[in-house]
Formats: sequence, C-alpha cells, structure tokens
Amino acid sequence: MTAATLGTLPVAKAPPRRDIGLKRRYAAETRFRWYGRVAISVGIIFLAVMLVSIVSKGYTSFFQTSVLLPITFDAKVIDPQDKRATDPNVLITANYPNLARDALAAKLGISPDDKPQMAALKGFLSEGVRTQLRDMVVADPSIIGTTRDVWVLTSANVDSAYKGQIDLTVAETNRKVSDRQVAFITKLRDEGALTGKFNTGLFVNGASSRPEMAGMGVAIIGSFYMMLIVLLLALPIGVAASIYLEEFAKKTRLTDIIEVNINNLAAVPSIVFGLLGLAVFINFLGMPRSAALVGGLVLTLMTLPTIIIATRAALAAVPPSIRSAALGLGASKTQAVFQHVLPLATPGILTGTIIGLARALGETAPLLLIGMVAFVADYPATPLDPATALPVQIYMWANEAERAFVERMSGAIIILLVFLMVMNITAIVLRRRFERRW
Amino acid sequence: MPMTYFIAIILVIGVVAYFIGRQRAAMHTGGAVKQHSRPHYHAWWAFLLATMPALLLLIVWSVGSSVYLERHVEAQLPPHTAESAVPNRSLELGLVRSLANGLRRLDAATLDKLPATFAELQPLLVAKGVALAPDTQDYMIPIAVETNRASDSLRLTGGILGLILSLAGAALAIRGIQPRTRARNNVERIVLWALLGSSTIAILTTVGIVLSMLFETFHFFAAVPLTNFFFGIVWDPRFAAAGAGASAGQFGLIPLLAGTLYIALVALLVAVPIGLLSAVYMAEYASRRVRSIVKPTLELLAGIPTIVYGIFALVTLGPFLRDLSAALTGGTPFIQAQSIFTAGLVMGIMLIPVVSSLSDDIITAVPRAMRDGSLGLGATRSETIKRVILPAALPGIVGAILLTASRAIGETMIVVLAAGVAANLTLNPFEAMTTITVKIVNQLTGDLEFNSPQTLVAFALGITLFVVTLIMNIVALYIVRKYREQYE
Repeated sequence: MTAATLGTLPVAKAPPRRDIGLKRRYAAETRFRWYGRVAISVGIIFLAVMLVSIVSKGYTSFFQTSVLLPITFDAKVIDPQDKRATDPNVLITANYPNLARDALAAKLGISPDDKPQMAALKGFLSEGVRTQLRDMVVADPSIIGTTRDVWVLTSANVDSAYKGQIDLTVAETNRKVSDRQVAFITKLRDEGALTGKFNTGLFVNGASSRPEMAGMGVAIIGSFYMMLIVLLLALPIGVAASIYLEEFAKKTRLTDIIEVNINNLAAVPSIVFGLLGLAVFINFLGMPRSAALVGGLVLTLMTLPTIIIATRAALAAVPPSIRSAALGLGASKTQAVFQHVLPLATPGILTGTIIGLARALGETAPLLLIGMVAFVADYPATPLDPATALPVQIYMWANEAERAFVERMSGAIIILLVFLMVMNITAIVLRRRFERRW
Repeated sequence: MPMTYFIAIILVIGVVAYFIGRQRAAMHTGGAVKQHSRPHYHAWWAFLLATMPALLLLIVWSVGSSVYLERHVEAQLPPHTAESAVPNRSLELGLVRSLANGLRRLDAATLDKLPATFAELQPLLVAKGVALAPDTQDYMIPIAVETNRASDSLRLTGGILGLILSLAGAALAIRGIQPRTRARNNVERIVLWALLGSSTIAILTTVGIVLSMLFETFHFFAAVPLTNFFFGIVWDPRFAAAGAGASAGQFGLIPLLAGTLYIALVALLVAVPIGLLSAVYMAEYASRRVRSIVKPTLELLAGIPTIVYGIFALVTLGPFLRDLSAALTGGTPFIQAQSIFTAGLVMGIMLIPVVSSLSDDIITAVPRAMRDGSLGLGATRSETIKRVILPAALPGIVGAILLTASRAIGETMIVVLAAGVAANLTLNPFEAMTTITVKIVNQLTGDLEFNSPQTLVAFALGITLFVVTLIMNIVALYIVRKYREQYE
C-alpha cells in the first residue's frame, strides 16, 4: 500500500510561482518612466517651438529692403525760388520725396507723363527718405546740383513683399502691394539695385509710426539707464543689508521681521511694485512720468530681495574659520567682514546680481504702470527724460495693427533674449570659474 | 545757485578733509605713542564729519523750505470761493508752482518788466519752451515772482549754513586727530548704522506698498461702496462717463477674481503634473549626463521674460488653436484666439520650472533611508516614489503648489496679451475672461485724471492681489519651512 501510495504520489513538482503581479508592476514601472519622459519632452518641445516661431518670424527684421538710387539734387526742386542763401528754412521744408520719386522713376525707365505707372510709385519708398535727404543737404549744401548714389529705404509693404511675406495669389485689391509694384521690385532686384541691407535702424532709431523706420534705440538706452540705476542702488544696498543680517544682526524681533519681509517681497507680484512706483514716486514725490529714473527705482525695489537672498547664501558659504582667523590676528569685526569674508563671497554675489539684473531687464508689468508706454522718438539725454524699455517696446509693437510691426517685435524679442542669454552665461561662467568649495 | 553746487562743494570739502586728515594722522606714525587707528580711518572720519551733517542739513532744509513756501503761497492767494476760476486749492497751488518754474527760464531783462496779464506773458514763456495750463490766472504772476525770490534766498541761506557746518565738521575732525583718537570705532559705528539702514529698506518697501495702496483705496471706497466692489458681479467702469459724477460705473470684483482663479487653475493643471513628473524623473531616473543637459534646458523656460510667453500666445498659439478648432468643427471655431485655455496653457508652461525646481529640492530632502527601506522590501522604483517619497514630501509639495499658484495669480503680461479684456463670467475655458492684473494695467494706462474712481480702482485691485498672494506665500513658506525641519 505504501508502495502503491508512493507510486501514485505526485512527483514533487515545483509549486507554481505565486502570482504577485510582477508583470503588472513592471509595466506600471515602465509606464511611470514614460510619464516622466513625456513630461520633460513637453517642456522642451514647447521651448523649442516657441524659440523657433519667434526666430523664424523675427530674423528677417535684421535686414531692411533698400534701393540704390542715383539721386539728382536738383536746385529747381529743392529751391525753386533760389532763396536758400537768405532763408535757411528753404532747405528744411523742400520737397525731398519728389527727388527720390523722380530718381526712382528714372531708374525704372518710367516717363513722368505715364500717370498710372507714376501713381504706382506712390508708397514705394519710405517716408523716411525726406529726413534722410534733408539731413544730407543741410549737412552739405554744396551737393545741390550734383547726382549722388544713395541707399533709400523702401516702405514696409515693399519690404514685406521683397521678403516674400505677402501672399501674391490674393486678389490685387486685397493686398497692400499692387502688381505694378511687384514688377518694380522684380526689375530692381534683377538689376541689383534693390536688396536687403543690414538694418541698423532697428538698433538706433526711436519710435515711429512707420514700421520701416521704427527702431528700439530709445528702448535700449532706457533699459541701459534702468539697469545702471538698479546696479548702482540694488547692489550696494543689497550687499549692505545682507552683511548686516548675516554677520552683525543678533536674533531679535526686528531682524526676524526683516527676514520674513524679504522672503515675502521676493514673491510679491511685480505689478504691485508698479503700483508702488506710481503712488509713491510719481504722485507723492512728483517725479516725472515715463522717466528711466522711476523705472530704475521700481526695478531696484523689485530686484533687492533677489540680490539679498543670493548674497546671504554667498556670505553663509564662507567658512567661519576665515572669520576666526581674521579676528584672531586682531582685526575688528568690520575689518574681518569687509576685508576677508566679502572678497571671498564676491563671485556668489555677482552671480546673484547678474541674475537679478536679467530678471529686471525682462520685466514689463510695473513699467507699464509708471507710463513707460510712451511714444518717444528722441534719445533720452538723462534718466529724467521720457524713455521706454526693451520689453515695453515689444509690448507696444505687439499692439500695433500692421504686420510689419510683428516682424520688428519678433526681432526685438530676439535681441532681448540675446541680452538675457549673455547675462546668464556670464553668471554661469562666473560661478564655474570662481566658485570655491570649502 | 542751485543746490547741486552746494552739494558738490561740500563733497570737495570732504575730499580735502580726507587728505588733510590722512596727512595729519601719518605724522603721528612712528611716534612715541602707539596710534589707536590707522591713518586712513582718521581720514575717513574727517570725510564723514565734513559731509554727513552738512548733507543732512541740506536735505532737512530743502524739505522744510518747500513746506514753508507752500504755506507762504497759500497765504497770499485770494480766499477760495465757489466762483473762483480754479476749481480747487491744490490745482491752484500747482498752477502757481508751474508758473514759478516757468518764470525761471526767462532772462533777467524780461523779468524786470514782466507783463501783468497771463495772456501777454504766455507767448514769452512759449518762446522759451514752457507750456502752461491756460487757466493760469493773472493774480498768480506776482505771487509766482515773489515765491521765486523767497525760494532763492531760502536756498542761499541753507546752502551757506551747510557749507559752514561742513567746514566746522572738517575742522573738528582734523583738530581731533591724536594718536589715541578712536577714529576706527567711530567709522565702524557709522558703517554699522549704514548697514542697518540698508536692511530696513525691505521693511520700508513693504510699508510703502501697503500704505500707498491703502491710501488710494480709501479714496476709491469713498466713491464706491465696499459691498459693490467685493460682491458686485458686473465690471463696467464706464470710461466714457469718467468725471461725470452721476454714473460712476460698476466695479464688481467677482468676474475679475473668477477669471484670475480660473486661469490660474488651468495653469496649475498644466504645470503641476508636468513639473512634478519631470522633477521626479530627474531626481530618480535620469542619468547624470541626461540631467546635466535637460535640467538647464528646462530652466531656460524660467529665464524667458513673461512678455515673450504672452506674445507667443497672442501671435502664434492663439490663432493656431482657433484655426485648429475651426478645422475640427468644419467652420466655426469654438476656441477663441484669446481664451482662458490659451492663457492658462502658456502660463502653465512658464510655471513648469518653478514647480520642478521647488519639488526637486523637496524630493531630494526625503532621507535616503526611507527610499532604501522601501526598495529593500521589494518595491519597484515607481512604487517607492508613489507610496513612500511623494507622501513623505506631500506637505512640501503642497507648499510648492501654493507658491506656484501665487505666481500664477500675480502674473501679468501673459494674461494682458492672451486672456482678453472683457469681464465675463463663464465656465467655458475656450472663451475670453479677464483678470485682476489685466484690469490694473488697463485702468492705469489710459489718459484719465488720477482722482477718478476709474483709476483709483486699480489700487483696490492691487491691494486685493497683494493680500491674496501674501497669504498664500506666508502659508506656503510656513509649510515648506516646517516640513524641512521634520527630517533634519
């Protein structure tokens, strides 16, 4: 029986593995990894799409279509009554656009009697030709009567057409460039007289209602003034405040309040600083609206917490042994801090400052409230004159209706991003180069 | 002589005192008595004593004299009646002030035979590039002339007093230079005060924010009842009717608040999962190399100014989504070019690095032992993350989300460009809604006079925004800090 039993006993088979859902769990693991990858890709793809869309819209703005015209400074047009010797205003009010129009007509071989063709020339050249030729003549009246080759800007519509941004399949009445003008463009381009030249006007011109003449010179100067003010005020005040809090302050109620305050200020919405600037600097202290000074002060207050937090971290990273050594050799507390701790913390402080400045450079909202949204055509001579700022200029162009302004705006964004990139890379290099681990 | 000359002279006196002090102190070195302070401390002390009290006096003097002049002018003005040509006193004072400033541009010969009426005076001023308000009155001209004279003499007196004080300070410091003078301690005490002063600027800023906004908000609530603002559901400020007292418009906060919160919610729905998952992946899975590339790339998103996001939403994403929805339904787009969805999406992307860097700190703060314990019991990595690390980090993550939400609520440029300006109350995320920040910008970028409720409402909105974000920040910082201490 036992034998029989033994015989029928099942051979000790390996028990089937208890299903603990490993497969499912590993699948979940893989899925989870993919969630992470997808999340990261979404961020990176969005960044890429945004940058590509801006650059592809904006790179053309660095070239502005110009046409090379042999302009005859005809005394009969500039000064029909020959009074320029006695009346200097003649040279200022002369009809310069006609000179350019005639030169263009001659270049294209259009006779002045061909009315429809001449009409098509209207709006081909930029309005800026008036000031351009006027400045030439006023600077050197002896060119009257001679013929000079001059590069003249075309209008924004011609510029867009040359760059291929205008859909020529649309019916002629629905687009801003007529078929005749397109023919002119082709003819001039084939002759080599019409071409995209590097757009220095984008960098030096002030505000203009005509896109081809609008530039961000005023905005660049305004932003420069503001950054200068932020640097001159926020850096010393921020460093002084951090030194006090980190090295001298005893833990009292006051220092506690200051600390909480700084942390909170760093998170206050930037627009609130704009309201502060409007109420205190402009209405209460009577500072001028639209001035770079007020903008600089507002941005200083906004940047201070960033600089203070960075500086405190840099000071705290300097080991106490440095302080003890200085004190041990007979330095006073102030001497130890200023002559030993501060120099060692400098790279960290500078990095924090540059990052704070970069944030201030890109900040728009508070500047809108203190009247930096202004049409300023002249360079601000001092920080008290009306100015705009780079991001505000971008905002103003975004609100313009003409499509040529979109191109300018994208170009301005590229320039702003380049500035920011340079600043951030400087900060990274500084950190890599000088950071010391103790 | 303008004040700046006096300031420049005082600074020159200070520099001279510095060098004399240095010289004097250097004479003592190597003497029989050991010097307490190095020479440059004596020099700095001389500089400080020569400049600081004098500059302080000049500041006090100029503030005091401008207050005095204001009173002086007011006393001379004819009594204010209902028939006065200028509606109120402060406007009248302003007119006199700008007239006085304008007169300074004229040369002495013109000033001697000044015309008695404003109509004759105006062309003279215009020729000098001074544009004045047309309601300047004739009786203001002699007052303005008198004011200019008084202010000139006041300034001269103040300046001379400042110079005397400066010289006295310099003399005092230089005479006091002895080997045992504790110049270093003096200088260091002033340095310490300067440091303390700098650190109180943070408090002053907060006080300035609160006071300035409260002040203007009180003005606003004098014109519009409190309940109409906080519980009103219609936002219709009536710009056209500004100034006409009868119809002041309606200033209901509710539609703006709803729009703000809705857009912030959409933004958080985008930013929190993406930011959290990428932080987890970066902390737990990514190899060193991947992390060193991906992390700075994602942080680029944080470095891009918000206006660039706004423009992207306005110019590219908004029209794209509208066309996409039009293609989906075959004709009518159901997503508007400016919509809650567009603004929230773009804002969410902007906030990804905020969420991920905050949660990265929190996740890496979870102690190694908890992770190892879970892995040692046979949990997979994702199970460890989901069941051990995230629950342990939860309070910190909640704090991070709160901080992110407060950023989303206070964000301005994206919503200004992408969310629309019409104050709607809607639940459809594809329609336009507006936010508190948009309205602050809208109300203050117009050409309205400052005292109308239409502009003052911006301050009421601003203080609402400030209080909401402040509470969120304080709670968040409290949670984050408390949580951080838990494992230390």
